[in-house]
Amino acid sequence: MNALKQYIDLYDESREAIEQQSPALLNNLRRVAREHLETARLPRKGSEDYEATDLEAVFAHDYGVNVNRLPFDADPAEAFHCDVPNMSTCLYYSSNDAFHSSPTAERNIGQVVVEPFSMAAVDYPELMNAYYGQLARMTDPTVALNTLLVQDGLFIYVPDGVVAERPIQLVNIFNAALDMMVQRRLLIVVGKNASIKLLACDHTQSPDYHYLNNQVVEIVAMQGSTIDYYDMEESTPLTRRVSSIYVDQHEGSNVLIDGITLINGFTRNNYHVEVNGEHAETRLLGMTIASGEQHVDSHTFISHNAPRCHSNEMFKYVLNDSAVGAFAGKILVKPDCPRVEAYQGNRNICGAPTAKMYTKPQLEIYTDDVMCSHGSAVGQLDEDALFYMRTRGIGIDEARRLLMQAFVADVIDGVRLDALKDRLHYLVEKRFAGTLSNCSSCMAACRKN
Amino acid sequence: MLIIKDLQASIEDKQILKGINLTVKPGEVHAIMGPNGSGKSTLSAVLTGNPAYTVTGGSVEFYGKDLLALSPEDRAHEGLFLSFQYPVEIPGVSMVNFMRTALNEKRKYFGQEPLSAADFLKLMREKRTIVQLDNKLASRAVNEGFSGGEKKRNEIFQMAMLEPKLSILDETDSGLDIDALRVVANGVNTLKSKDNATIVITHYQRLLDYIKPDFVHVLYKGRIVMSAGPELALELEEKGYDWIKEQVDSQQ
Repeated sequence: MNALKQYIDLYDESREAIEQQSPALLNNLRRVAREHLETARLPRKGSEDYEATDLEAVFAHDYGVNVNRLPFDADPAEAFHCDVPNMSTCLYYSSNDAFHSSPTAERNIGQVVVEPFSMAAVDYPELMNAYYGQLARMTDPTVALNTLLVQDGLFIYVPDGVVAERPIQLVNIFNAALDMMVQRRLLIVVGKNASIKLLACDHTQSPDYHYLNNQVVEIVAMQGSTIDYYDMEESTPLTRRVSSIYVDQHEGSNVLIDGITLINGFTRNNYHVEVNGEHAETRLLGMTIASGEQHVDSHTFISHNAPRCHSNEMFKYVLNDSAVGAFAGKILVKPDCPRVEAYQGNRNICGAPTAKMYTKPQLEIYTDDVMCSHGSAVGQLDEDALFYMRTRGIGIDEARRLLMQAFVADVIDGVRLDALKDRLHYLVEKRFAGTLSNCSSCMAACRKN
Repeated sequence: MLIIKDLQASIEDKQILKGINLTVKPGEVHAIMGPNGSGKSTLSAVLTGNPAYTVTGGSVEFYGKDLLALSPEDRAHEGLFLSFQYPVEIPGVSMVNFMRTALNEKRKYFGQEPLSAADFLKLMREKRTIVQLDNKLASRAVNEGFSGGEKKRNEIFQMAMLEPKLSILDETDSGLDIDALRVVANGVNTLKSKDNATIVITHYQRLLDYIKPDFVHVLYKGRIVMSAGPELALELEEKGYDWIKEQVDSQQ
């Protein structure tokens, strides 16, 4: 079996249609992607770095691919409005695979560029040519597949010295009335001493269809820039997501990436950070709350290629029922990179005997004068704390909820956007109380409701 | 209010309580003393329903209800409170959230509406003063980073908030300096009324100088082997437990 073959065949058959409706610079890389896929195989469960996850099975499903770019929804901005209290964002939507802006998008006008690739290819051809596809590794077949089939994407550019006043919020919505795979693609370029906060929320409107988001995000952090990228998923049991985020950090840049999974079906999140300049800071955060049959797998790779940099990662999982979690994290410190500090933590709670957690921390260090550590733990809720709370009259279910919330609290507190932090505490509370519905948690609440 | 009959309990197949008999009435203060390992803390753990212990015999009646059939949280709702010898730290759960949840669960149990935020905070402020608990502590995570004295004061603060009918103070004096001991004891005395009762578990007469017991019991080898008035505590302070041990061991 080779799940990739159906997509390669589709490409070969529809090549003309795909290329006609895409900017030329996307087409240029397709040939390379096609070559990579010729011999590539999707990882099966048990392959290196895929101890718990079978990508072959995820892609084997017969999803629809919208090669001819048929519109699904006239204008999602009409149907949604932002519902994050106290957070005045510039809001953009992707409905399945098409981008839309909303009236709030104009708030950052003159500061930040947010455009679909189709426009950016005309407006910013040098930047697009210089950075598109440069960070993402086609040796990963999911990246090659994205590059092969992607027809549009979102380009975010913060010019040198610009500090974006308002956060950019991108709401990704699946709402097609058929099984569907989309290739989401983001290219984020943040100039020297520029700064931006981004919040991406993945939502699924219909619980009845199989969706697959095969996503690639490339982030270039120039000298002295600051980037926050919050990536939240709240979807459905039939939604699958394979996401790869690639980051290139220059001297003195500060990048925070926070992956949050509240409700999902199957998710694999890859984080690949190349720290290429001195005094760069990297913070990776992850929070997963999974129950039922949810599957969440995170893979991180931070490569310290320059001296005197600091990275810190913390991933926390709370798994109930038959949920499966996986974390594999690797820190590489290359030769001649003294004074690097790199810390990695992965803490997990299995709240049920049927919940499973796989964890694999790795350090690879080729320089002497560094400070690195990793820690990984899987456990249950603290029995003493549970009993203590019960003696105060807090019922066992409520006590468990409070402890689970407390467990992830420090990851939420790592969020550098106050309105989002408050919102996350609220959402997590609702998530553990089992009252998180698709609508209430959605940051883009439907006007009809 | 509390009638314990022939209570037997074990942990991991080791029999600790071998037949406890004790009756407590409203308004009374009972002191339970005894050498290390005699079962004092086990008694408090079993009464509050610690799942680590197994009750192997006997009965406990609390205001006519079968206490042992109730869950730990329902025992709390019915008016039982334990001040822990080692209060547990719960990082990430704020004192405010913890106390509000506890109070509202109790109100729910009795079919009452939850307390409004304003009323709750007013109550917190009011009760805090009883044990001179700093406002800063109230806004921190439960017991996290509290000093020994602060933890014990926090226990009495929770007792003040929950207004139990029967409070068990398990070695509340351990780890306290003299000033903190006085504050804690004053707190307990302030909360004392003719309708509630207190069981004080302690090693030392010192605490009993502040919290005056009506009865003093000596627990030894899982049984109450001697009961008397407050004068017994003074005698123990002077003579130790050896004479009681000899007396009991010779009878066996």
